[in-house]
Amino acid sequence: MNFAEIRRALGVALWFVFLTFPLMVIRVDSIESTIEWRWMNMLWVAVGSFALSLLTSWYFRRREAAVGKVSDKPPLAVRLRTWTADPARRLPLFGALAAFAIVFPFLFSSYQTNIMTTALMYVVLGLGLNIVVGLAGLLDLGYVAFYAVGAYSYALLNTHFGLGFWTVLPIGAALAALFGILLGFPVLRLRGDYLAIVTLAFGEIIRLVLENWNDFSQGPSGISNIERPALFGIELTLNQSITYLYFLMLLMVIITIFVVNRLQDSRIGRAWLALREDDIACQAMGIDKTKTKLTAFALGATWAGMVGVIFAAKTTFINPASFTFLESAIILAIVVLGGMGSILGVIIGAFILILLPEYLRALADYRMLAFGAILVTMMIFRPQGIIANVRRTYQFTRKDA
Amino acid sequence: MDYFVELFFSGLTRGSIYALIALGYTMVYGIIGLINFAHGEIYMIGAFTSFVVASVLSIMGLPLLAIIVLAGLAAAIWASAYGYTIEKIAYKPLRNAPRLSPLISAIGMSIFLQNYVLLAQTSNFLPFPELIPDFEFLEPIAHIIGTTDIVILLTTAVSMIALLILIKFTRMGKAMRATAQDKTMARLVGINVDRVISNTFIVGSALAAIGGMLIASHVGQINFYIGFIAGIKAFTAAVLGGIGSIPGAVLGGFILGLTESFATGYVSSDYEDVFAFSLLVLILLFKPAGLLGKSSIEKV
Amino acid sequence: MKAPIMKTLLAATVSMTLAMSAQAADTIKLGVAGAHSGDLASYGLPTVNAVKLVTDEVNAKGGIDGKQIELLIEDDVCKPEVATNTATKLVSEGADVVIGHICSGATKAALPIYTSADILVVSPSATSPELTQSGDYPNFARTIAADDVQAKTIVDFALDELGVSKIAIIHDKGDYGKGLAEFAQAYLQSKGIEEVLFEGVTPGAVDYSAIVRKIDRSDAEAVIYGGYHPEASKIVKQMRKKRMDTAFLSDDGVKDDTFIKVAGKDAEGVYATGPRDNTTNPVTIAAREAHKAAYGDDPGAFYDNAYAAALAVVAALENAGSTDLDALKKAMQENTVDTPVGTISFAENGDAVGVGFTMYQVKDGAYVQAK
Repeated sequence: MNFAEIRRALGVALWFVFLTFPLMVIRVDSIESTIEWRWMNMLWVAVGSFALSLLTSWYFRRREAAVGKVSDKPPLAVRLRTWTADPARRLPLFGALAAFAIVFPFLFSSYQTNIMTTALMYVVLGLGLNIVVGLAGLLDLGYVAFYAVGAYSYALLNTHFGLGFWTVLPIGAALAALFGILLGFPVLRLRGDYLAIVTLAFGEIIRLVLENWNDFSQGPSGISNIERPALFGIELTLNQSITYLYFLMLLMVIITIFVVNRLQDSRIGRAWLALREDDIACQAMGIDKTKTKLTAFALGATWAGMVGVIFAAKTTFINPASFTFLESAIILAIVVLGGMGSILGVIIGAFILILLPEYLRALADYRMLAFGAILVTMMIFRPQGIIANVRRTYQFTRKDA
Repeated sequence: MDYFVELFFSGLTRGSIYALIALGYTMVYGIIGLINFAHGEIYMIGAFTSFVVASVLSIMGLPLLAIIVLAGLAAAIWASAYGYTIEKIAYKPLRNAPRLSPLISAIGMSIFLQNYVLLAQTSNFLPFPELIPDFEFLEPIAHIIGTTDIVILLTTAVSMIALLILIKFTRMGKAMRATAQDKTMARLVGINVDRVISNTFIVGSALAAIGGMLIASHVGQINFYIGFIAGIKAFTAAVLGGIGSIPGAVLGGFILGLTESFATGYVSSDYEDVFAFSLLVLILLFKPAGLLGKSSIEKV
Repeated sequence: MKAPIMKTLLAATVSMTLAMSAQAADTIKLGVAGAHSGDLASYGLPTVNAVKLVTDEVNAKGGIDGKQIELLIEDDVCKPEVATNTATKLVSEGADVVIGHICSGATKAALPIYTSADILVVSPSATSPELTQSGDYPNFARTIAADDVQAKTIVDFALDELGVSKIAIIHDKGDYGKGLAEFAQAYLQSKGIEEVLFEGVTPGAVDYSAIVRKIDRSDAEAVIYGGYHPEASKIVKQMRKKRMDTAFLSDDGVKDDTFIKVAGKDAEGVYATGPRDNTTNPVTIAAREAHKAAYGDDPGAFYDNAYAAALAVVAALENAGSTDLDALKKAMQENTVDTPVGTISFAENGDAVGVGFTMYQVKDGAYVQAK
């Protein structure tokens, strides 16, 4: 703590007092013509920003001081990988995790199980989007469209034709994949942020059509009384069904992790990575760019379609309001925050971003304020994501004969 | 024919607001390549500040002209201050981070600012004071184009010309253009890149704030959520015109506004946004870098 | 190594649950669910205020049968998927009665969860007819009239009192607004009249001049609008700016003093349906004054309905003497309560009886009953 830092903090406090003055201090009622001056708020802002400024400068000083020492340590992801690679640690770790996951619904209330199921759903959504954004490097801001396709396939097929959950699960996945290809074709030529806006537009178009085409989707009043999945024809009570969906999602997450992990190391996975790093060089290497991009869109969408079916079965009611741009943004935030391309990162990201607003409920009105602030803070402190994806490197150690 | 003219002006009014916000998107993108999702919130904060200031001043009994000028100034000053601060807090530390990280930071900032205004002020819709009175001499054509429409069009035109002069003829403008072209090179020739980026945020925010104040007095209401949709639309406009290009943002804004207006008028307002977004997709199919955007040739 | 941890965890959870249920005996837990953040927060927050005011008063008087009312306030952002989480949370925390949810969509998603837990739900604002008419939700009641009743009132008023025949129907594409607009359309058509325009506007769009021009061109004599007040005031303002004097009729979502404040002088002459005249109702006046005293401003949307819901719930709890669903329902059906929306009881299907629905018109900056 030195004088310069305190002076700086004073400056910051003054600046924030100025900045928040019209909105935090003044409140007018233009009908009654009264002005309320809330000077106490000014004091809070001043004290708060002063403290925060001191805190950050302390943090950065410490980090700068530590720069020389930590740099020879490998990044977190590598350390984690080497640490877990040891089978002696690996088995008990996974065993404990699996045991905890299995007993979870019996330990905690159905509310906890329910939000955990939601978090697991977002794990799969995040992993699906990770294929498109993290692996293939195609920025998709309309991912929620495929989620909507899955949800509406189950809702419509169930109410009109009485098709069951298990029948629709593959249908929903296939339809979503089809939509993925449908979106993929027109955007083949686009790059970077142009691609982003077209996917955003695509997502919005799907939602608007669902909202306006009443005969097809029942419009904004939505579809209610969608069946929950039955267990081998046995009707379940609500609590049983929450537990059942939890295990279903758990299974789905495991399958997804397995498949995505295998995909990463497959021929097509390597092609995605090449596309992400440099699409011209990738083409020059003889990779079919069209096919690679389309498979990325289709495979990414498949997961969203499947989760969509589960979503409809879980909430038993859907309407277009669940599929807004903000939803796409949250899923994207999961991928980026967790660390693009890293499976573990995406899982952690999903847990943080989905469970956080639920546990922040204690903050009542300040819930979303805190959520936004945490999102910004986390990005500032870990810009590369929680688990930064490190390229695999192969090291040959020469054995001395 | 009257109907066509009416729709045309309605589209122009909407388009000018989109254009004013889109300029902020496009300038920021041109310089640091970031889609600043919090820009819609700046527009909202500008509108809110002008609401607070205008209401306070009118309670104090100042003449209307003074209220308009002071409220406009306050909106521009505070919105710029917010833009400047947001850049320093949420984007500057991420300048060398992976491309998508600042995007998420921007989304977080947008959520934060919305809720900040919700908590600091109110969740209710507030009546925005009528700053622009109806002019007598416009009464005969009031059913085609209202006074506020004309004021919006004129203000937009003046702001654009001012921006053009700023960019083309001032030192700051030159520095901005240089930074947009090549950040490293600009730094080498002695341009303070950090300051240029700050300036870009300040100018973009001021334009959005003016747009916010104009539209709020046009529709007569304000709420903490108005920035979200306007922001997305303006972003669409910026991409439509070619993101990074200043004339492109203006053109994109007007095209988007007119499309929405004509789609509502001749087809159905149910699908006005579908038309707007489909047009965007269509244009990008044929011009993958937007209407006036430069498609850069990449070499390996 | 693992087993002891599990045991401690288990023990901790069990003791926590026990502690919670022990506590539950002392208080009656009243859940309040609705949109408390996000774009629809302005429709959900007034309900929280209303319920707080009512329960504070009850608690100050010693509670119900000596039990204090404890509030569990939960946000659902008006999204179905969040609403199911909110509902399971309230059920897990042992809520006895729930006031909410605000939006019909969220209510539909959350209701099955309350139904299976036998918890009474009273909504101040979910107007979808399906909620009471389908018979799927025996535990649901509301203090607001369903869409179809409102639509009928509006259409009848336009045809019989205003004597118009060219009607444009506009809605906000939301579950409330579009639902109402469709009922109005169907009812109008059943009378052999075809509407001249049926369209939805995008809520939150920067302006509505194009649709207003279209209304003008359709030569409509009256506009029926389904939706909330922010869009309504934008549309009305722009209609008057274009010197159109087309009659504007709307619903409960517009019969809100905020509408008059925001639309200002342009609000004059606008019709909106609402609960029967309650300007002289002492309960309404007291409720509004209580809000003014506690929060310093006028109450927002659905405040009266929420206040009524809270009063009805308190009365039912007192009369039933328990929190059992059947007892509560019986108490609500058999007894009447004086509320800001009138003296009401509840029908078998959960709709409130006695919430008279009439047409209001804005005159000199206030809603008065239209003659």
